[in-house]
Amino acid sequence: MKIVVCLKQVPDTETKIKLGADGQSIDTNGIKWVVNPYDEYAVEEAVKTRDAHPGSQVHVLCVGPKKRTADAVRTALAMGADEGILIDAPENLDPATTAQALAKAIQAEGGAQLIFAGKLAIDDNASSVPQMVAELLSIPHTTVVSKLAVTPESVTAERDVEGGAKEVAQLALPAVIAANKGLNMPRYASLPGIMKAKKKVLKELDLAGLGVNTVALTKTLSLELPADKPPVKMLTGDSGAQAAQLVQLLRDEAKVL
Amino acid sequence: MGKILVFTEAANGKLKRSSIELLTAAKKSGQPFIAAIAGSQAAGAAPALSSSGAAEVHTFEDGKFDQYNPELYTAALSDLITKSGATVVLASASALGKDLFPRIAARLKSAVLSDCTELSFNGDKAVVKRPVYSGKAFAKVTFDQSPIQFVLMRANQLPTEELSGGSAAVTKHAAPAGDLKTLIKDVVKGTSEKLDLTEANIIVSGGRGLKEAANFKMLNDLADVLGATVGASRAVVDAGWVSHGMQVGQTGKTVAPSLYIAVGVSGAIQHLAGMSGSKVIVAINSDPNAPIFQKATYGIVGDAFEIVPKLTEEFKKALHK
Repeated sequence: MKIVVCLKQVPDTETKIKLGADGQSIDTNGIKWVVNPYDEYAVEEAVKTRDAHPGSQVHVLCVGPKKRTADAVRTALAMGADEGILIDAPENLDPATTAQALAKAIQAEGGAQLIFAGKLAIDDNASSVPQMVAELLSIPHTTVVSKLAVTPESVTAERDVEGGAKEVAQLALPAVIAANKGLNMPRYASLPGIMKAKKKVLKELDLAGLGVNTVALTKTLSLELPADKPPVKMLTGDSGAQAAQLVQLLRDEAKVL
Repeated sequence: MGKILVFTEAANGKLKRSSIELLTAAKKSGQPFIAAIAGSQAAGAAPALSSSGAAEVHTFEDGKFDQYNPELYTAALSDLITKSGATVVLASASALGKDLFPRIAARLKSAVLSDCTELSFNGDKAVVKRPVYSGKAFAKVTFDQSPIQFVLMRANQLPTEELSGGSAAVTKHAAPAGDLKTLIKDVVKGTSEKLDLTEANIIVSGGRGLKEAANFKMLNDLADVLGATVGASRAVVDAGWVSHGMQVGQTGKTVAPSLYIAVGVSGAIQHLAGMSGSKVIVAINSDPNAPIFQKATYGIVGDAFEIVPKLTEEFKKALHK
């Protein structure tokens, strides 16, 4: 079974976000780049599925500036993926164009039986690419998956929806699965895995070579940091007084009751 | 002038507040709008949509729509959007909305902007604000060469108005033909009757400061008085005290209620990423240096076990319960 993981490299959660000079993007100087947290669940599930289905292979695809994304792909290789492919692209490529690049690359690589991705990327928060890839490949998808069973012909996926409810769907392969937290516990890369991943040759593709239509569908007008909050109002007195004061403030000052 | 299609959702026979927000926004835009709904709630909600001021109402009431199937919904809605001549589609950034509309957008060679917190119109172009980088920045975005503009709004971000007086015709649509590769086997109901965290207007959230799982009862009592939904930090989800569906934060849910009460939550950056968009934040923590206080509107340093029950009593009095 050929398995593809769509990976994104994103700024680490702990990174302080500063605005770039253009006012439309962030200043990438000094940013620590990591594998998107949800994509770690995708890599883990892909490697687990491969191990359970002898003869399978895991190919990792990553869209973004290849200068930096190579690190993320090598992290996935160190976790156990077999091949890495960099699709060179400018910063901040929009989800629709990213999905096109991934779908075309998957087709160019001879297709895949199972395609994993994270349910969203923590940088642009779009939660769109996996569904778009599935549509462009005319195959089924399911997102926010926290439980998965794979057979050679189909997968059964549990998807988390509102109020703790779950939708259980059976998808004929090939299919796209977008992972949620809870799907598995991503492994740490082993030292031998890291050494091996370092030496691996990564295949390189680019948008033009794939014939990706890069017409801009959206336009970012500006990027802003959240407004400074007024300092916290600390309530004093004994617990009874604090409770009474809080309720009064919520009702009369904040007007949220 | 464009035409707006509002995709709505209902529960227990009533339109969701998030959908009323969208209808209100469509009405205020001054552009003509039509409304659509699918599934087992469609027939019950159709009269409310008909009187909402929409020019047309489209329902998908066939039993095949009772359970959400991405392929079936994509086929049905893409067809409706294309035939209706709509250039803007407004929907909720709900579990269904976020799964469905990116796929429809890809089919119609268009873009979708998800999780939007503000919406306005510049001529016939939608302009939205949406949180990026885990809420550490906000992007103001509009559409460029997208034939259809798909906007998915977060709940509780837009005002609602009483929508009445209209009498639009309701058109029922059959399920599209064609084989589906997706088979919905089961829908397992959640244990909670309360609003989902992403829809809740008030959230009471617990962290490690509650010491053990059983102490969440105290938060449930407080939440019952407030009509709130209970959330949790990652630490207590990972400890197995509560289910992952209750987790607020980076690998959990992003929420933006009017009131967020954090009890015994220290405020790790991953937690703050999920709730800093809340209008009013109350932090109750025994550690005066807990980072949560930097994001809070009101702070109480003290023993949660003493304060929370008193708070529950005070709210009861204030709300006459």
